[in-house]
Amino acid sequence: MTLRPDILIALPLALPFATAALLILLRRWVRLQSAVSVLGAALLFADGIALTAAVERAGILTMQSGRWIAPFGITLVADRLAAIMVLVTGFVALMTTLYAVADIPERQTRAGMQPVIHLLVAGVCGAFLTGDLFNLFVWFEVMLMASFVLLALGARAGHLGGAVKYLVLNFLSSGLFLTALGLLYGKVGTLNMADMAVKLRGGDETRLALAAGSLLLISFAIKAGVFPLFSWLPASYHTAPIAVSALFAGLLTKVGVYALLRAYTLFFALDHGWFGPILLIASVLTMAVGVLGAAAQYEIRRILSWHIISQIGYMTLGIALFTQHALAATVFYVIHHIVVKTNLFFLSGAIEQSAGSDRLSRIGGLYRAYTLLAWLFFIPAFSLGGIPPLSGFFAKFALLRAGFEVGAYFALAVGLLVGALTLFSMTKIWAEVFWKEAPEEAPPPRRVAPLRLLPIACMALTTLAISLYPQPLLRYSEAAGAQLHDSSVYIRAVLGKEAAP
Amino acid sequence: MILSALLVLVAGAAAAPLLYRWMGARAGWVLALLPLVLFLALAARLPDIADGRPIAERTPWIPSLGIDLAFRIDGLALLFLLVILGIGALILLYGSGYLKGHPLQGRFFGYLLLFMIAMCGMVSADNTILLFVFWELTGIASYLLIGFYHEDAKARSSALQALLVTFLGGQALLAGLVLLSIATGGSFSLSETLEQREQVTAHPWYPAILLLILFGAFTKSAQFPFHFWLPGAMSAPAPVSAYLHSATMVNAGIFLMARMAPALAGTELWRGLATTAGVATMLAGALLAYPQADLKKLLAYSTVSALGTMILLLGLDTVLAVKAAMLFFLVHALYKGALFMAAGTVDHETGTRDVRVLSGLAKAMPLTTAAAVGAGLSMCGLPPLVGFISKELLYEAKLAAPYIGPAVTAAGVAANVLMVAVGLIVAFRPFHGTLNHTPKPPHEGKWTLWLPPLTLALLGILFGLAPGLIDRGLIAPAVSAVRAQETEVTLKLWHGINSVLMLSIATVATGFVVFRLRHRARPAAERIAQSGPGSLGPARLYEWLLEGMVQCAKFLTHTLQHGSLRGYVGVAVSVMVAVTGAALLRVWSPAALVWDFSDLRPYEGVLLIAMIAGAVFAALSNSRLAAIASLGIVGFGVALVFGMYGAPDLALTQLLVETLTLVILVLVIYRLPRIASRSTPRQQIADAILALSAGAVITVLLLIAQNLHPEPVLRDYFVQNSLEAKGRNVVNVILVDFRALDTLGEITVLAAAALGVGGLIWLRPRRKQPEGGES
Repeated sequence: MTLRPDILIALPLALPFATAALLILLRRWVRLQSAVSVLGAALLFADGIALTAAVERAGILTMQSGRWIAPFGITLVADRLAAIMVLVTGFVALMTTLYAVADIPERQTRAGMQPVIHLLVAGVCGAFLTGDLFNLFVWFEVMLMASFVLLALGARAGHLGGAVKYLVLNFLSSGLFLTALGLLYGKVGTLNMADMAVKLRGGDETRLALAAGSLLLISFAIKAGVFPLFSWLPASYHTAPIAVSALFAGLLTKVGVYALLRAYTLFFALDHGWFGPILLIASVLTMAVGVLGAAAQYEIRRILSWHIISQIGYMTLGIALFTQHALAATVFYVIHHIVVKTNLFFLSGAIEQSAGSDRLSRIGGLYRAYTLLAWLFFIPAFSLGGIPPLSGFFAKFALLRAGFEVGAYFALAVGLLVGALTLFSMTKIWAEVFWKEAPEEAPPPRRVAPLRLLPIACMALTTLAISLYPQPLLRYSEAAGAQLHDSSVYIRAVLGKEAAP
Repeated sequence: MILSALLVLVAGAAAAPLLYRWMGARAGWVLALLPLVLFLALAARLPDIADGRPIAERTPWIPSLGIDLAFRIDGLALLFLLVILGIGALILLYGSGYLKGHPLQGRFFGYLLLFMIAMCGMVSADNTILLFVFWELTGIASYLLIGFYHEDAKARSSALQALLVTFLGGQALLAGLVLLSIATGGSFSLSETLEQREQVTAHPWYPAILLLILFGAFTKSAQFPFHFWLPGAMSAPAPVSAYLHSATMVNAGIFLMARMAPALAGTELWRGLATTAGVATMLAGALLAYPQADLKKLLAYSTVSALGTMILLLGLDTVLAVKAAMLFFLVHALYKGALFMAAGTVDHETGTRDVRVLSGLAKAMPLTTAAAVGAGLSMCGLPPLVGFISKELLYEAKLAAPYIGPAVTAAGVAANVLMVAVGLIVAFRPFHGTLNHTPKPPHEGKWTLWLPPLTLALLGILFGLAPGLIDRGLIAPAVSAVRAQETEVTLKLWHGINSVLMLSIATVATGFVVFRLRHRARPAAERIAQSGPGSLGPARLYEWLLEGMVQCAKFLTHTLQHGSLRGYVGVAVSVMVAVTGAALLRVWSPAALVWDFSDLRPYEGVLLIAMIAGAVFAALSNSRLAAIASLGIVGFGVALVFGMYGAPDLALTQLLVETLTLVILVLVIYRLPRIASRSTPRQQIADAILALSAGAVITVLLLIAQNLHPEPVLRDYFVQNSLEAKGRNVVNVILVDFRALDTLGEITVLAAAALGVGGLIWLRPRRKQPEGGES
């Protein structure tokens, strides 16, 4: 079955919307809700695969919504980066909805968590696919509202403070985004990102471009969790139900990274001399502070949350270096990290279900009692730690090579040290949860529901596949990096052949 | 063929736990066949490789990163492979007896095979990154094996210590390898790199590359001051100590140096770094070994000393020294592997490893005694064992070293004297004399416990009596590979009476005296060890660094993630002011600011004042509810502005959003505690300054923007085409047609908010719940 390209691009929005609508109607039938939810996510995943294949075959695909040609209507654009991000989102959504079947209590399902998950996914896909800066803002709002509702609905008693911090800081990000948007619109009179990129090149008011770009950078940096703007993340991620926090951990910050990538290649690259050093310094500090934050934590999900921040630093480092290889490394890093980090959050839930707690001091002994769980944990944990031949090593290696090519020695030295500390954190969890004997007061380990183990195993196998045979994803990332580095390809695809600068 | 061989081992590792479940400890016997067969297959290729025809193969793996599954077995790789596979087979056999009955024995076999794969892959890799991949795998296997007795906290921390130290070195090595590849034109092919010696040593990065790679080698091979992880690794079961931490893994650094020598050696820097580290490690290891009472600690420190000797020899960088290094690697692997296994057997059968307790076991354990004595004599360097030949060669190489010969020889003699004493303590003390009381009554172990060490000990005698078995076939090709030129090696047991023999005799004699004096010397030696930069210094530094890192992390986290939203927002706004302000100042010219408010209409002014008042009141309010309500004023004001500018739809939407936001915020606030403490006046002033500067930055930006009038292409297009979209009100058409996707998104925001409100009401707790913060 082959679908027309514009349908392939529209489906990542249409499918989650339709699923969400159906789920709202099915509010009373909890089991049916689960089935529909998983099915909707599976279809999205399938569309992501088809879209990625189509983009790989035919180059950048576009869809002019309402048939209003760019730059007048809102253009949806699927380049290599956007397509693979949709694919991964579909995968994570599928895994999350599977996991959620066993994880989200019936009470919360009845309160409407399932449809909101799909609205969140719609927002994420919209952000990846849109070629319009204001439209990107709208999808950010969708994501923000949906994620806040999920946090508020899912928070355990007494944890709403985290949700409020999440909301306020992200509101601030939205405000900065909107301000930047207005200023840029005032300067170039267009909202289509490709068109903006063209017109910014020729503009005379560089002050405004630089200042508005800085606002945009900060706004996206808040979303991505870059130092020192990450505080919303450790405040909130551990409070939600596992399925929700895993979804957040996998996708939300990466949307921020995606936005940074997009904005950098289209806009910031024009002023690389200004934005490059800022992002480079921020990346180095993000890596270091994130990993130190993790070293100070003794609950699995808090450790993992801090590591998200640390890893974001590697991804933004690739953007800051802004070479084709570095961008490719970032793309690979993002994909690897989404799979690994989502899975680690799933695993933290499975560990909690089995051992009864998330706190390292209260659990132990799972190495012998639950070998399967130990190995399922080993794969993503040591991949995050950068142990070869797991995927995290190749991500770091690609970045290392790209960085040495442009002489970013200090940043890379920090990156390598941070790698050792990441391993330290992962072995901390490994030693405490699996190797250490269970404390006396710990309950005997329970089996984890198969519906939770299934997505964990799927994701671990995916990581293993990316690890042992990374070539396809690397080749794809390289082509994506090339596409990102030379923005004229994107601009031509959106605006037509003659538009390129 | 090499790749398939590795895959066979992978299959073996994966099958090990299943095999164990099926046939128990005997699984070890079956699994030992794997390395044995490979050993024999390789041995059959020995003549080919000795003739300079290496086995090479290449399978593409990750062309995007330049990483191939390229393997090349030359003389150097072959020597290491035979040791890895041969001793590996014996260790599997030994492990089947040593850990018999341990519930995780199947896993143990799996880890051992995993390690074997990693080592084999590392020594036969012909791609620097592939080599590194296997290098790190050996570290992970070692981590899993040191932590094998995982319920013991000491074992866990030792496993971590070994992993962290070697991983850190590994990171340096990786950086060095990447730099090396860039310096040689981007290829990661090892054999190509090795041919570019001139280019590498002349490159400005050469010192950095060498330092990074040697750092990796030194941490892995436990060179001073990174040696401390090796004695810690003795928490592992005896087969692991025998295999990883004496015969193979710790020699990875030696291997790396030997492998890289054709490209990196031959400079003053190489000689200086390696001889310094080697001499320091050789002496420190010997000095620290001597006062130990634990058999395994004695052996561990003596291994450190031996590793130092090998690094020193490679650092001397002469043909003779490389010959001595290669022979000593083999000899050391044979005797140390045997001694570790014998010590393990003693521990297994008597329940103690304390040399002060052990005595007179010869009768009860004759075969283990034979193995230990055979290996111990080789360690002491007595004829007719191969250890004697090795020590002769060693002294010869040290004496012949240019410039530093005498100094190095003196250090070598000192270290060897202590090694002789340690050898006697380990190989004679427990077996000689009268039987002492031990926790378990001593008796000979099963055949799996004495046969493997005895085999190694016998090989030591065999190679000593017939050195022709190894010199041309095994040692010469390895030396040729390291020197990158054809080299002859002829080993003889008897060289005639010369200065080297005199040194040997003196060493053994002094060593015997030092052995006899050990009771008197132990307190003094212990004092040196405790006070000196030896055992505890670096280990303490490691503890201190680790603890310091965690404390620093705690402090940093508490400072940054303090839990106060006010602080978080403050930081974000400060960053905004700083970065945006700097961007403005970077290209500042005040001329572009236009202060023109002539077209402000009165009712707009009123609205503006109301909104400002709302904002100010929200900031001053004492209750969250009142603050939200006054913020509402701002929101509704914005809606009115939309209305005034002819966008009633937008105004309606804004009203709806504003209302829902208010409701949802109120619902959330309802579940939050009251504002516990207000900011101090000082904080309030700081906040006010920050808020005003943020406002100033935005105002300046707006003033600049006001002056810009881009071509209204969009507006014109919308006006012209709105009729085609069947609408007269352009704003309407924009909302529902041109930019319908935006509207869809905004409706989704509303829907999500509505779902949230509904859900929150539905979930509303019956009773008030306890409250708490984020931290």
